[in-house]
Amino acid sequence: MGKITNEELLKSINTKFEGQVTVVGEPYGLLTLETSTDKIIDILSYLKTDPSLQFIYLTDITAVHYPEQEKSIGVIYHIHSLVNNVRIRIKVFIDGNNCHIPTATTLWEGANWMERETYDYFGVLFDGHPDLRRILNVDDMTAFPMRKEFPLEDPNRVDKKDYFFGR
Amino acid sequence: MQNHPVYTDNDPQNENSTLNLGPTHPATHGVFQNVLQLDGERIVSGVSTIGYIHRAFEKIAEHRPFYQITPLTDRLNYCSSPINNMGWHMTVEKLLGITTPKRVDYLRVIVMELARISDHIICNGVLGVDTGAFTGFLYMMEHREAIYEIYEEVCGSRLTTNIGRIGGFERNFNAIAFNKLRKFLKDFPPVLKEFESLFNRNRIFVDRTRGVAAVTAEDALNFSWSGPLLRAAGVDYDVRAMEPYSSYEDFDFEVPVGDNGDVYSRFLVRNEEMKQSLRIIEQALVKLEKEPTDIFHADVPEFYLPPKEEVYNNMEALIYHFKIVMGEIPTPNTEVYHSVEGANGELGFYLVNDGGRSPYRLHFRRPSFINYQMYAPMSKGMLLSDAIINMSSLNVIAGELDA
Repeated sequence: MGKITNEELLKSINTKFEGQVTVVGEPYGLLTLETSTDKIIDILSYLKTDPSLQFIYLTDITAVHYPEQEKSIGVIYHIHSLVNNVRIRIKVFIDGNNCHIPTATTLWEGANWMERETYDYFGVLFDGHPDLRRILNVDDMTAFPMRKEFPLEDPNRVDKKDYFFGR
Repeated sequence: MQNHPVYTDNDPQNENSTLNLGPTHPATHGVFQNVLQLDGERIVSGVSTIGYIHRAFEKIAEHRPFYQITPLTDRLNYCSSPINNMGWHMTVEKLLGITTPKRVDYLRVIVMELARISDHIICNGVLGVDTGAFTGFLYMMEHREAIYEIYEEVCGSRLTTNIGRIGGFERNFNAIAFNKLRKFLKDFPPVLKEFESLFNRNRIFVDRTRGVAAVTAEDALNFSWSGPLLRAAGVDYDVRAMEPYSSYEDFDFEVPVGDNGDVYSRFLVRNEEMKQSLRIIEQALVKLEKEPTDIFHADVPEFYLPPKEEVYNNMEALIYHFKIVMGEIPTPNTEVYHSVEGANGELGFYLVNDGGRSPYRLHFRRPSFINYQMYAPMSKGMLLSDAIINMSSLNVIAGELDA
């Protein structure tokens, strides 16, 4: 659908950042890349400013928690090139106990609240963020509730245990 | 660190007065708190506090099978619930690779466009109220009721609709629904015209809204604005046109674009969108005549909840019913992002699935949340009364803001 194909996009990124990005896949046509915390801002900045790509629109920043992985927090960026009508998803995996990643507010003002939400949910520390505080939850909350170890309901409840449902 | 920065003006160095606008202020139409520093009537600075009705939908969604997430999406933007419901169902359909029949797509388009109209009726009507004209609001409200009655025929409920199923609708549109729809299409356009003639060239309204809270296209893109706000600033980004879903590519409609992103252009863009929505519904009705009238869902028995009579009398239906309700149907282990054009902008669903009974992670890209973050910065230097109008025209819905 887009004016540039995923292959061209990948080729363009690979010529600039040889060996620093890995392709995760193309689920449902959306090119998904993985990179490191050192390179993420360079790559976002390149995608945003390169005249042939122009990924000027930051759709979303969020995170996913994979407790069994060594680098347990995946920060996910969705960006969109309105000119070429193509989207790209970039993932950065970071250590869950020491989760630092540079902020994208230097590129998009709109990243401000998205990063605050991600901090609030997962405790991801965006270095250089102008105002990194909780946004949806109360200030004195100590846990990061979207991490998998945080229970949804009172863990002492017994009426919803799996064995009642034959699992 | 405190979320609530200032509550008092006890600081002797501070010559400004502090105003707590919200969280329950009659002029803000929802639970929004802004702590403003005022110099006379001018806003010097402001800090927004949100999260008053945060209900942890994303956490709850990690513990619920797909069908139980639909009622959660109702409560995001509750002025246009059907768009959220169908956006979610379409996300799951994309994940599972289900293609829906054309008739289902067209019926969905009708309901989604009705939802868009009802949302814009509220927003533009309330904008009139906030500038001092109650009449227009009352004229329009009657027709939101007509839209709710159509929902009622299609799904049984009005505000939080929980409409549809994965693969289509739970029941076919009946004759009463089509009659009410035709009546709405006949009754509403003259009212919209009257509403426009009340406001578009009204001296008081134009003076209050023109040039107020003007936003450049660069700023709007920088803050990731979407929907009517971004289009009012002059960027023609509409998900329906850029990445058509639910067969929007079959329809002929225009994407209205404003010039300077002020409150007045947002008002005009929303009015024009209502007209385009009416156009789309008219076209959908014509297209429906060529489709078989008894199809209202895709043939996917493993994901489409069977009718109750069959559950009680048919073995396969009972098994499928049980498996669907318990979330025991295998699903692919992958991730998907799907977005629809909600009434406020790009409503996205980022679903990470691990094949279990519930999503591994579900993130809602909520347009109100992202649109609202510019409110405090853009209020600087504005008159307090203009800031109130600006909030009305941003059309921030508290449910969608706080999720």
